[in-house]
Amino acid sequence: MEPLFKTVYQVARADYTSAGHASADIKRKLKQLGVGGDVLRRVAVASYEVELNLVIHSLGGELELNVFPDAVQLVSADVGPGIPDLAMAMKEGYSTANDEARSLGFGAGMGLPNMKRNADEFNIESTVGVGTTITMRFHLA
Amino acid sequence: MEERPYHSVRLAKQLCKGCTNCLKHCPTEAIRVRGGRAHILDSLCIDCGECIRVCDYHAKVAVTDPLSMIKNFRYSIALPAPSLYGQFRGLQKPEYVVEALRCIGFSDVFEVARGADVVTRAIREKLKQPGLPKPLISSACPAVVRLIQVRFPELIENIVDIRQPMEVAATIARAEFCKANDCRPEEVGCFFITPCPAKMTVIRRPIGQKKSEVDGAISIMEIYGLLLPYVEKMMKDPNFRPSTKYGVAWSTSDGEANAVCPGNSLSVDGIDNVIRVLEEVENNKLMDLTYFEGNACMGGCVGGPLTFENNYVAKNTIRQMVKQMPEVHPDQDVPTSVLNKYPTRNDEEIEAKDAIRLDDNMQEAMRKMVRMNEIIERLPGYDCGSCGSPTCRSFAEDIVRGYCHEMDCIHIMKEKLKVMAQEMVELAQTKRE
Repeated sequence: MEPLFKTVYQVARADYTSAGHASADIKRKLKQLGVGGDVLRRVAVASYEVELNLVIHSLGGELELNVFPDAVQLVSADVGPGIPDLAMAMKEGYSTANDEARSLGFGAGMGLPNMKRNADEFNIESTVGVGTTITMRFHLA
Repeated sequence: MEERPYHSVRLAKQLCKGCTNCLKHCPTEAIRVRGGRAHILDSLCIDCGECIRVCDYHAKVAVTDPLSMIKNFRYSIALPAPSLYGQFRGLQKPEYVVEALRCIGFSDVFEVARGADVVTRAIREKLKQPGLPKPLISSACPAVVRLIQVRFPELIENIVDIRQPMEVAATIARAEFCKANDCRPEEVGCFFITPCPAKMTVIRRPIGQKKSEVDGAISIMEIYGLLLPYVEKMMKDPNFRPSTKYGVAWSTSDGEANAVCPGNSLSVDGIDNVIRVLEEVENNKLMDLTYFEGNACMGGCVGGPLTFENNYVAKNTIRQMVKQMPEVHPDQDVPTSVLNKYPTRNDEEIEAKDAIRLDDNMQEAMRKMVRMNEIIERLPGYDCGSCGSPTCRSFAEDIVRGYCHEMDCIHIMKEKLKVMAQEMVELAQTKRE
């Protein structure tokens, strides 16, 4: 099904100065659409985490917001490097963040677990050398 | 029935030039310039007073009550905000200001700093409860509370349900005065001496309370000059009951947090900074924090738009004065009997004032948003404000809301004229067949 509303954000690798802009815009748009309460908070948390993941870990990618009559969907697709061990990556406290990211307070290893916890549906697919795609759905009550 | 909106911050029409100063500085994008002058959107204005500060033509004003209003009551009690003390350079004791207030006509004076002491204790009791939202957000700055109502409705549940110091002070002041002077409550008027318009607004339209205990708000700016000669005489009443140093420090940023929850709190001043941090609270980024104090004004209440003294100087005056005050915390100073005797809790829910959504119907809101994005694509992105909306994005939003037309953008208009002019030339060059 085609979303009623769709918008795409380009997220650049290691661009810490604009990190958080896409998720802030997503939050504002959802408020304008009248999405509130628990769903808004969960999307806000997950979109921030996924955006920061693109900045910290990926070689760059895009974040897509799709709004359906019954759900909000976030799709993050990057162009690499891919995650070798998905099970490990999903563990709380496990992080491969580099020193630069850690010096900025990131790298607690809570990104992916946080996304999974906040989304109603969570799917991650990754191929080393190709990229990672994360799809999250949040049901609108 | 919905009450008519009230705002202390207004426009003096005859002074407004229709420039874009206030437009560009309003933190909630609540101003539009239409028909050559500014308009304040009631639903978005939080009475922070930023526009008053930036208007070079003094066309933005705060409506407060005149000092003459105290004559409407048989007795009048002044409730000085502690920020008032910061106005007098080198002031050594709050008592001198208290006595000066009596000299200019008030029957009695009750420090709002004492109200802050009681509120400090009430909040500290509250913090002992398990399962509180994190962080608990201070209710003291009405501009911040209103900001949360219009822009962060999800955070309303985080706002501490304890009344403002000014309200608690008015309740106690009136009760004590009536008892001591054997008079009826309605004979006593309580007047807050205010550093800001937001306090005036919540007196008229209380948040979390059915009715304000305060009868009026008189701006610091209005009475500063009257008080000064008396303050310089350094008179004091030997029976005066002062507040603690903690109550006085509520007037400066971090004063409240330091009194309420020194171990794990964050205080932020300046409305744009407060917005930035509330975004983080909303993203659950500050869940490890117990208490959040946000002040719309830089430096805290001493930076209010209705104050006289430079906020940094005022902050220093308060700091130096507080140093000389005895080290007594409200925990020791405010007896539990006071907490039991006087109401400190809100008696009404704080409601969301959602002014952000594009339409009540989500499908319709989505259609508007799609249109909005299409319009944004065509706009130049200069955010020049010439159209009367603060940014190109808000202009697009105003168009889909039906408030203006794409041709109100002078850049689009220019393009259109170019095309039309070209067509005219072509038309003129066509030969008669």
